[in-house]
Amino acid sequence: MEKREIPLARSMCWNCQSDIGGEYFCQQCVKVQPLSKESDYFTALGLPRKLNIDTGRLETKFYEMSRAFHPDFYEGKSEMERAVSLANSATLNKAYHTLKDPIERVEYLLRLEAGSSKEIPGKPPTDLFETLLEIQDQLEELKSVKDQQGSAGQELMSKLKAERSTLEVKRAALEGRLAELFHIWDQLVERSPVDQAQKIEKEQGLKQMRDILSQRNYLNTMLANIAEALKQ
Amino acid sequence: MARIVGIDLGTTNSLIAYMDGKTPTVIADAQGRTLVPSIVAYTPEGLLVGDAAKEQLTQHPERTVYSVKRFMGKSLSDVKEELQYFSYRLTEHDGVIQIHIGDKALTPPEISAMILKELKARAEEFFGEEIRKAVITVPAYFNDSQRQATKDAGKIAGLDVMRIVNEPTAAALAYGLQKRKQGMIAVYDLGGGTFDISILKLKGGIFEVLATNGNTHLGGDDFDRRLMQTVLEEIKTKHGVQIEGHPELAQEVRVRAEQAKCRLSTENETSLEMPLPNGKGTYRRSFTRQEFETLIMELVEKTLIPTRGALADAGLSAADIDEVVLVGGSTRIPLIRQKVQALFGKPPHCELNPDEVVALGAGVQAGILAGGIQDMLLLDVTPLTLGIETMGGVMSSLIRRNTTIPTSAKEMFTTFVDGQTSVDIHILQGERELAKDNRSLARFQLKIPPLPAAVPRVEVTFMIDANGILSVTARDIRTGEAQSIEVKPSHGISDKEVERLIHESYVFAQQDITERQRIEAINEAESILRATDKAMARAGETTGLVTSEELTAIRRAEAELKQAMTGKDHRKIRQAIEGLNTASYPLAERLMDHSLQEALKNKKLSQIP
Repeated sequence: MEKREIPLARSMCWNCQSDIGGEYFCQQCVKVQPLSKESDYFTALGLPRKLNIDTGRLETKFYEMSRAFHPDFYEGKSEMERAVSLANSATLNKAYHTLKDPIERVEYLLRLEAGSSKEIPGKPPTDLFETLLEIQDQLEELKSVKDQQGSAGQELMSKLKAERSTLEVKRAALEGRLAELFHIWDQLVERSPVDQAQKIEKEQGLKQMRDILSQRNYLNTMLANIAEALKQ
Repeated sequence: MARIVGIDLGTTNSLIAYMDGKTPTVIADAQGRTLVPSIVAYTPEGLLVGDAAKEQLTQHPERTVYSVKRFMGKSLSDVKEELQYFSYRLTEHDGVIQIHIGDKALTPPEISAMILKELKARAEEFFGEEIRKAVITVPAYFNDSQRQATKDAGKIAGLDVMRIVNEPTAAALAYGLQKRKQGMIAVYDLGGGTFDISILKLKGGIFEVLATNGNTHLGGDDFDRRLMQTVLEEIKTKHGVQIEGHPELAQEVRVRAEQAKCRLSTENETSLEMPLPNGKGTYRRSFTRQEFETLIMELVEKTLIPTRGALADAGLSAADIDEVVLVGGSTRIPLIRQKVQALFGKPPHCELNPDEVVALGAGVQAGILAGGIQDMLLLDVTPLTLGIETMGGVMSSLIRRNTTIPTSAKEMFTTFVDGQTSVDIHILQGERELAKDNRSLARFQLKIPPLPAAVPRVEVTFMIDANGILSVTARDIRTGEAQSIEVKPSHGISDKEVERLIHESYVFAQQDITERQRIEAINEAESILRATDKAMARAGETTGLVTSEELTAIRRAEAELKQAMTGKDHRKIRQAIEGLNTASYPLAERLMDHSLQEALKNKKLSQIP
C-alpha cells in the first residue's frame, strides 16, 4: 500500500481565511486550528516515522500541546473553537498513548505503512509447536480433573508452571528481536537515496515485525489461559 | 467571565468553594459551618435541607432522605441488597429510581438538586449575586449514567455544570497547588459511600492521571452497618426488641453507630447507649477499637484490590509512589491509615482536611475554567471500558479504561440481511466479557437505506468529553450524510424530563418563597396579637391609660389583621401588622412609662443610678 504522500495540513484559517502555514494557531486572528484530518500520529506530534522514540521528549511535547488544545482553556470561547479544541485534544491523547507504548507504536506503524488490521491475529511460533500442543492438552485435562488440589491436579499445575516459563523466555526473545528490527527500520528511514532497494528492505522489515507480533499475540493469549487455569 | 463555584456533592456531606484570588476557599454559613449534610426532609412544616433535615432523621425517618448519592444513575435491581438499610421507600419507574416521601415521588437527581440549591443559596448570600456556573465532583469510578445523573441534578438546581471532575483528581489539584510537588502521587479516597484510588503524575503544573479504580458502593455507610448489625442483633437477643417495623428506632441506632465509629478514631474504647421503647430499658454496650477493626477488616481489605489494580494499570509498583494522599472522612480511621501505609511503605499525607480537600480542588478547577489559573492543567482518564454489544452477546471494546480524555473511537457498521433498514446499537460500559454482565448505557437504532446485505457502511463515532461523558454521532459513508442519534439513557431521566423539572423547580421556587414569606408574616402577626392582648389586659387594670377612640381603633386593626391572616398574601398581612402597630402605639408608649414609674416607685432613691 502506498502511503508516501506528505500529509497536507489545512492551509487556511477557518475563521479569517488567512494563510496559517501548518501552525496550530492562526497568526492573524489567533484562533485555534484543527489538526489536519490527513495527518498521522507521528506528524501530529512532530516526529519522523521512526520506531525508537525518546519518551521523555514525547511527554514534553504532549504536555506542551495539551496546554495549547485542552478544552479547559476554551470555556468562554466560540462554539467552533470549543469543537476544534475537543477534537484536537482527542487526537492528541490518542496519538500520545499510541506512540508511548512500543508495541502499540509498531502496530500503528504497520497499519500506516502496510494497511495491517487493528488487531493482528495470533500465530503459534513453529519451534514451540510440541510444547504448545502439550499445554493445550494439559489445560483440557485440568478442566476435567474434579479435585484440583489432589495429586493429579497438582502435578498438572506444576507442569503448566514449568511450561509457562518456557513461553515467557520465548516471548522475551521475540521482544529482543523486535528491538533489533526497530533499529534496522530507523536506519532505513534515514538512508538515502530513497530507491527501490530501500523500499524492498522496508517491506521485508515490516513483514518480519508483523510476524513477531502475531507470534507474541499468540503467546500472550496462551499465557493468559494458563494464568486463568492456575488461578482456579 | 461569570463566577464559577466548585461543589463537592458528597454521600454524607456537601460543600461549596471558590477561588479567593490564588487560594481555594470553602464557603461557611453564618455559624461558621462548612459542611452541609446531604440530607433532605419533607416535614409537615415544609422542605428542609442540611443540618435542619439531619435533626429530622430520627423523628421522621420515612420522610428524610440521606445517602441519595448511592442511588444516582442506578436501577432498583442495582441496589436491592442494601434497601433494607434505608428508612425511606424506593420504587422504579421507566428504569429510574423513585424515592417516596409522603405523597411525593422524586428521582435521586431531584433530591440532589435540593442539596445543590442549598449550596447555591449559601454562595449567593456570600457573594450577594446570582450563581449560575459550577464545577461538580463525582467519584472517579462513577460510570456514564451516574455522571449524567449528576449533571441533571445540576441543571434541575438551575446550575450550568461547566465540568464534572473526579474527586481524587480534585483532591490532587488542591494538594498539588499547595505543595507544588513533582512525582507520582496516589490518592486514596474513602468517603461515606464510595471508594476511589487514583494514580497521578505531577510535572510542571500538569496533573496527568495514569490510572483510576474503585468501588462506587463502599464507604463509611458500610462501616456503620457492620456496627449496626451487631447492635440490632444484641438488642433482639438480650432485650427482646425487634427493630423491624420501627424505622425511627433503626435510624436512632444508625446515628449512634456512626457516632461511635467516629469516636473510635480517637479513643480506644467507647460506649454506645440506646434507650429502648415500651419500658424495655436501655441497651448499653462498650466497643473497643480492636472489636470495631475486626468488624470492618474485610471491607478495608476490599479497598486494597482496586488499589493494586490501579497500580498495575499505571505500570507502577507501590514503591514507585512518591506520596500518598488521604481523602474522605473515612480515612480518619486508624486501621485504614495503617493498611495504606503498609501497602505503600510510607506514611500517608493528611495535612489537608479530608472533608474539605475535594471541594477545594473543585474550586481550583473552577478557577482554571474561569481563566484565573493558567499554569495548571488536569489530564484525566475514563475509569471504565466503553464498548458495544456484538453478535453472540459479547462486548467489543472501543475505548479502554484509563484512556486519557477527551478521546474518541470509530466503528463501522453494516447489515446482515438484504434490504435491512436499521441496525441496533447497544452501548456498554464495564470490564466483563459478556454484554449482560456490563452496564447498559444506551440502545439506539440506526436508520440505513435498504440495500443488499453488507453494502451499507455507517461509521459510528463515540466521543468522551472532558467530563467523561459520552456522545455518539453516525455518518453514512456512502452518502456522507451525518445522522444525529438520540441516545436514550438506560437508567437516567430523559432530556425532556430534565427540562420539565427545571421549569417545575423554577415555578416551585417562586411558590416556596411565597409560602415561606406567608409563614413568616403569620408568625409575626401571632406574636403581635398576643402582645396586644397583654397590653389591653394591663390597660384594663389601670384607668386612664387608653381612650375609647384608641380602643376602637385597636379593636378594628386587630379584626383586620385576623382577616388578612386567613388569606395567602403575605403583603396584606404585613400591612395589617403595620396597622395594628400604629393603632396600639400610643397605648404601648404609655404602658412603658407607666411600668417604669411603677418600677421606680418600688425602689429606694439610692438604687437609681
